[in-house]
Amino acid sequence: MFTEDSPIYQQLATQIADDVVAGTYPEDAAVPSSNEFATFLHMNPATAGKALNVLVEQGILYKKRGVGMFVSPGARSQLLKQRRTDFPQQYVRPLIREARAVGIDPVELAEMIKEEYTP
Amino acid sequence: MTHAIELLSATRSFRSDDAVQDVTLAVPEGAICGVLGRNGAGKTTVMSLISGQDRPTTGRVLVDGEDPFENEAVLSRISFVRDNQRYPDDYFLHHVLGIAPAFAPYWDGELAAELVERFRLPRKPAIRKFSRGQLSAVAIVLGLASRSPITLLDEPYLGLDATARGLFHDILLRDLGLYPRTLLLSTHLIDESESLFDHIVLMDRGRVVLRTEAEEARHLAMCVSGVADAVQAFAADYPVLYSHSIGGLQTSTVTGRLDDDARSRAATLGVRVKGASLQDLAVAYGSGDALQDSSKEGISA
Repeated sequence: MFTEDSPIYQQLATQIADDVVAGTYPEDAAVPSSNEFATFLHMNPATAGKALNVLVEQGILYKKRGVGMFVSPGARSQLLKQRRTDFPQQYVRPLIREARAVGIDPVELAEMIKEEYTP
Repeated sequence: MTHAIELLSATRSFRSDDAVQDVTLAVPEGAICGVLGRNGAGKTTVMSLISGQDRPTTGRVLVDGEDPFENEAVLSRISFVRDNQRYPDDYFLHHVLGIAPAFAPYWDGELAAELVERFRLPRKPAIRKFSRGQLSAVAIVLGLASRSPITLLDEPYLGLDATARGLFHDILLRDLGLYPRTLLLSTHLIDESESLFDHIVLMDRGRVVLRTEAEEARHLAMCVSGVADAVQAFAADYPVLYSHSIGGLQTSTVTGRLDDDARSRAATLGVRVKGASLQDLAVAYGSGDALQDSSKEGISA
């Protein structure tokens, strides 16, 4: 479920954000509580709580006192925008690094992307 | 922050041996603390001291700020079942479940019944005929159903099958959500239990060699492997906790954060590097090579 590359709370926050982007949790829908995540994923409740709080700080989730956490209106488009911003660093740079390493030039690379992109 | 459990330079000597030596640690209220270390590292002795079943030869043990030894008020808040807990020879399961509430003011009979059923604990035979896994399950029933604000679980997984281990995690976390408590859990099944913990205490030969918050543990050390010469070149920049080599290949666990510098140095030397897992740390410290280095780095307790 979790890897060793980044903190567990960060990984859970990313998973929940993925689910918001995928529409699993629509806007204003409740997300599971930290105790539910902890029980379901067999993880520390404080760590699960930290993941939810990270998303609250980013404005992806909001709290209703005594009720739970909900997906903020506009959370999905906010996440999509963030991912577009992160896209070059996350995906393009590693791609180019590998292309350089094996001697694929930009023209060839563009050609490959184009080919893969057509459905 | 309130500390549910505190040990201050606690030492417990048996004749000439120190089972626990100069142990200082603090567990915040509500924490789930993993107590790790090899057999004989002192984990059970530390739990005995905390539960007032034993007293330190020197130093202090505080539970909710008080000495637990012969302290009725504090002891009523603690649950501790040893990994090798003995029961009277003629005891059946119902005897144990019948007597347990007398020692556990927060006892929940429904939870006990649920655990007994889901662990498939038999009413017969006598407990002395139980398998290792069944004895562990009895200890888990007692530990969880007592709902004690301070719960000490000593090797709860011994002999438990994979289904039962998953079940234990399920019910533990569900019940902690309902009735939060401070939990100390010792185990050798580190990979499997790691994600439960928010605090870690790693012991070796009676001493605490590492105490850390669980999230920090991921950044304390790295494992580097590859051709021995290259690994040694990489490791030369860091305190080495543990090395293992076969033929011309070597793996070393070294203290230091896996940052971009370390990654690029590893790439230059052609060695593989990864952040050390909790299990890697336990193996490294348990090898006994690490003590002198860790004190130098200031990450030991």
